[in-house]
Amino acid sequence: MMQSPRRLMIRRRASNLVSKLLGTAATLFGLSWLVWILIVTLLNGARALSPRIFTEITPPPGSDGGLANALIGSTLMSVLGVLIGAPLGIAAGTYLAEFAERRPVWRETIRFVNDILLSAPSIVLGLFVYTIYVRQVGHFSGIAGGVALGLIVLPVVVRTTDETLRLVPNMMREAALSLGIPRWKVTVQVLYRAALPGILTGVLLGLARITGETAPLLFTALNNQFWSKNLDGPTASVPVVIFQFAMSPYDAWHSLAWAGAFVVTMVVLVLSVGARAYLLKNRMDSNA
Amino acid sequence: MTVASTAPTTDSAESLPTRDRSAAETRQDNLFRWVLFGAATLVLVVLGAAALSMLWGGRLAFQTFGWHFIVSDEWDPVGHHFGAFVPIYGTLASSAIAMVIAVPVSFGIALFLTEIAPGWLQAPIAAAIELLAGIPSIIYGMWGLFSFVPFMADHVLPWINDHFGPLPWIGVLFRGPPLGIGMLTAGIVLGIMVIPFISSVMRDVFRTVPAALKESAYALGSTTWEVVWKVVLPYTRSAVVGGIFLGLGRALGETMAVTFVLGNAHQLSASLLAPGNSIAATIANEFTEADSDIYLSSLIALGFLLFVVTLIVLAIARLMLSNLARREGR
Repeated sequence: MMQSPRRLMIRRRASNLVSKLLGTAATLFGLSWLVWILIVTLLNGARALSPRIFTEITPPPGSDGGLANALIGSTLMSVLGVLIGAPLGIAAGTYLAEFAERRPVWRETIRFVNDILLSAPSIVLGLFVYTIYVRQVGHFSGIAGGVALGLIVLPVVVRTTDETLRLVPNMMREAALSLGIPRWKVTVQVLYRAALPGILTGVLLGLARITGETAPLLFTALNNQFWSKNLDGPTASVPVVIFQFAMSPYDAWHSLAWAGAFVVTMVVLVLSVGARAYLLKNRMDSNA
Repeated sequence: MTVASTAPTTDSAESLPTRDRSAAETRQDNLFRWVLFGAATLVLVVLGAAALSMLWGGRLAFQTFGWHFIVSDEWDPVGHHFGAFVPIYGTLASSAIAMVIAVPVSFGIALFLTEIAPGWLQAPIAAAIELLAGIPSIIYGMWGLFSFVPFMADHVLPWINDHFGPLPWIGVLFRGPPLGIGMLTAGIVLGIMVIPFISSVMRDVFRTVPAALKESAYALGSTTWEVVWKVVLPYTRSAVVGGIFLGLGRALGETMAVTFVLGNAHQLSASLLAPGNSIAATIANEFTEADSDIYLSSLIALGFLLFVVTLIVLAIARLMLSNLARREGR
């Protein structure tokens, strides 16, 4: 047991140094994957990119084409997803932050469930929409895809709205209420204005999350090799086309899949970095 | 609290319009409150309905096969017999590999971000690590298939086969043809994907340790490592476990990346180098091919199993995390 103080000191210093080196190594390890993935995606994608991506529809095997129908399909379904998920999420988040003080147990239950929904596997939400919608209607449709994406946006927006509203100083509520303004007007006209940057960030992060979502679309929107006449039929989306083309043996399809991966990655990066930068800027402005 | 709606002056000259207005505002307030209440309740309904609808969709498979659905490894779409042991094993094994990789690395990253890195470096590195969480699953899949799988097949797997394969007992895990595609590759990709989730939880909870505790330890002459190992980690133990379970929940349900690199093989194999299958990958691959009711029902039943398991894991994670939040008085 008894060691000379000097040897003990050397041992403690050594383990301290080793832990610091390992911690640094772990960080470099984590960052190296990011660099590797981004370089591979952006290089291969940039090589495959051409204006035809945006003007021509997905080709049959062995010929050239673009991703125009998939891009439009993805855009429409993402917009639908946000239109479904964002208002519901904002409403639910507002309830949790502002109107649930008489039901604390209910409020905490919903927060708990929402947190679980936030990390629940997206493939399961796709199966859920398949069983309650696609199976009842009898055919795959872009609307079902939009609903599935909306269910993914929902918990993200609930959480950010809830958290942002709780950050609004109570003084603002009291000042508005003391003027005799009804509570819903206080919420809509005062609190939402104060919380707008946070809520908007939540919506953008939700949008970033569904931009690359593939699994839930497999059972809802399916895919479509041609233009979709409307959203009430099978609809192409970029991630599903990437999945189909990347798993195929054709080089032309691989190249298109890389182009799609490039577009998806850029959109996601711009959305998530932009949302955070926007929030940071607004926080700084309000602190200044 | 219906604070807002009572107008103060009932006996003034404008008493009648004021009372009308006040009544209308009360109605509007109540309507508003009920709409919001409905939206919040919807969150609960979605979770419950998702579980029930899949139980309903999978009832045919559960009724037909009973326990054999979980323990049988025979997945035969032609003979209409479905046992899900192979995908269940694949999900558990690939997630286990992911956690073996992700937990120590995440701890190292959290250690780096809270104790080692200079202040100006912390925010950018944390943001870069979080970016890993933002990359869509399908991109991990493509990168995995076209870049990582060849790398594993050419450089890593032959080495593992040569060095670990001959070992007694555990050797059987590491023997096999270096295809690149397989359980080990999928586990590593999963590990990378959950690192940002675990490390950001760990970093956040490490920061909640009161400075007085750490400073006391430093004042007694502790090194940085001793402070982290003997003060910070015991103090945040339950939240750290919560963060690990959060990552595990993610890994279990991850679909597209695994589908690309796992190989879609319905054979049970002891080797981690061999192709396998997972619950999510099976559903993603075979859903559109399901040509009979029992096939479709089996896939939905698989989804139900996956959902229940991830719900339990995520619920444990949240409970462990909320313990810390309560102690912190947040």
